[in-house]
Amino acid sequence: MMEKICVSVQHVTKQFGKHIVLRNLDLNIKEGEVFGLLGPSGAGKTTLVKELSGLDIPTSGTNIVLNQRMPDLKIINRIGYMAQSDALYEDLSAKENLQFFSNLYGIKGKRQQERIQEVMQLVDLTDHLYKLVSDYSGGMMRRLSLAIALLHEPELLILDEPTVGIDPVLRKRIWDAFFHLNKKGTTIIVTTHVMDEAEKCDRLGLMRDGSIIAVGTPQELKQRTRTASIEEAFLAYGGEGI
Amino acid sequence: MRVKALTIRILRQIIRDKRTIGMLLLAPILVLSMLYLVFNGDNYEPKIGFVGIPDVMIDTLDLSDASITEYDDLLAAKRDLTEGQLDGYINFSNQELSVHLEGSDPTVNGATIKWIQSTFSNLTDGAQSPLDVHYLHGSSDMGQFDYFGPVLLGFFVFFFVFIIAGVSFIRERTTGTLERLLSTPIRKWEIVVGYVLGFGIITMVQSALIASYAIYVLGMMMEGSFIYLLLIILALSFTALTLGILVSSFANNELQMIQFIPIIVVPQIFFSGLFNLETISNWLSWIGPITPLYYAAAALRDVMVRGYGFPDIYMDLIVLFGFSILFIVLNILALRKYRKI
Repeated sequence: MMEKICVSVQHVTKQFGKHIVLRNLDLNIKEGEVFGLLGPSGAGKTTLVKELSGLDIPTSGTNIVLNQRMPDLKIINRIGYMAQSDALYEDLSAKENLQFFSNLYGIKGKRQQERIQEVMQLVDLTDHLYKLVSDYSGGMMRRLSLAIALLHEPELLILDEPTVGIDPVLRKRIWDAFFHLNKKGTTIIVTTHVMDEAEKCDRLGLMRDGSIIAVGTPQELKQRTRTASIEEAFLAYGGEGI
Repeated sequence: MRVKALTIRILRQIIRDKRTIGMLLLAPILVLSMLYLVFNGDNYEPKIGFVGIPDVMIDTLDLSDASITEYDDLLAAKRDLTEGQLDGYINFSNQELSVHLEGSDPTVNGATIKWIQSTFSNLTDGAQSPLDVHYLHGSSDMGQFDYFGPVLLGFFVFFFVFIIAGVSFIRERTTGTLERLLSTPIRKWEIVVGYVLGFGIITMVQSALIASYAIYVLGMMMEGSFIYLLLIILALSFTALTLGILVSSFANNELQMIQFIPIIVVPQIFFSGLFNLETISNWLSWIGPITPLYYAAAALRDVMVRGYGFPDIYMDLIVLFGFSILFIVLNILALRKYRKI
């Protein structure tokens, strides 16, 4: 079977002044996979996913997403992006937040109501639809933030540390939602520095100091380095630990 | 459509935030009321001592509007002047009147001298018919409050809109919602226009209420049409709004936004006609014409004090809308920092 490429990062370098954040990156992400970017903070994961979401541009090189060079407003419409911060309007209710963002994506009327119900069900917040976001707990905010990113049924979901600061039970619930979407064909890119999360990805890119030091399935990475865990594999590839 | 969504969201947020609503409506009303009481209070009654003035002379004087103490002894009058019991005394000796003032407060000096001059003038010149004075604008009843009022009204609208728009845009940045907005297909101009409309509607309500209060409750002079007043205030609030958002891109948090007030907002009061512009030194007089409040204050005074209509204020309106458009364009450019397209 010929696998289609969803995201192609080509010779991408990003510099902020003298500080190099991404060093001549090359990476292909296939359609329909869950791809994990694993690395310590400061490795350049957030910068890379921001570029893929159209929020930043590389200093040199090209990012191709869904066959278009980024940034591109039409492609932005097909991407769901969830940043590290929850980015919610806390003085509004969950429903008002969802209404606002679905209007921005041009989802209106009956379709809007349906989508709001669907995404809230997926993140298990249906009972809290009319609550003010300021009354939400941290975990609920995270899930609402995810729900918003799913409103417009994106083909590509980009998640920047989606489960940071979340308890294991809730983390499992969120990952169940990811697998559910993935089964329906959504490509998912997720950054993380949690090892057991990395194990759940189809493929992993190990990042350090703005470079990708290895790419492969968790199994491959462990076999190639003859190690028992992703953490040891990361160290064997020259990462100094996370 | 996206602009409408943003406008509705901003309105919802402001209406839910009772404190901000209170700040937008009650604070200007409170301050205007206080200024009304300060400026329209009773005239100052000078405390004057008479030393050695013959009773025949005193009988011919009109002694209302001042409190008079008579002294036989010059030293006693001097002592009271030193102790602050008197604002001044008039000494009559060798057929000459001489006036001595306490002198440390210019307002008191002025009131005292004015009273002495008007009281003693008919003594020197004999009876004289008062001058018949005609007013092109205003009237003899017009107080300080009527003259400052239009400028203050403009200033309050500018100040509160500037702060609230700037702070809410900063909050949008610091909570990450701006980034989330930009990860949707919204265009940058739609963000700026959505903000302008959302806050524009709020300001219209705010300024209509404040202006009605000032005119109908406090009795601020209003010669022209209320519609023109609203039009000027709308133009001014667009400027304040777009400038507030623009300035907020140079601030990293709410505190830094507040720090812009002494630089951007306060100087505008000095150059917008609260003080006589012609007495400002030449090397500073160029500041007035680059501040939005300058034009708004001129137009508001034309309408409220002079009763002028559209032909006299349209240039000011054009300049104000010009400022807004300039700031809108700069805002769109500033947003490029967050997304290039």
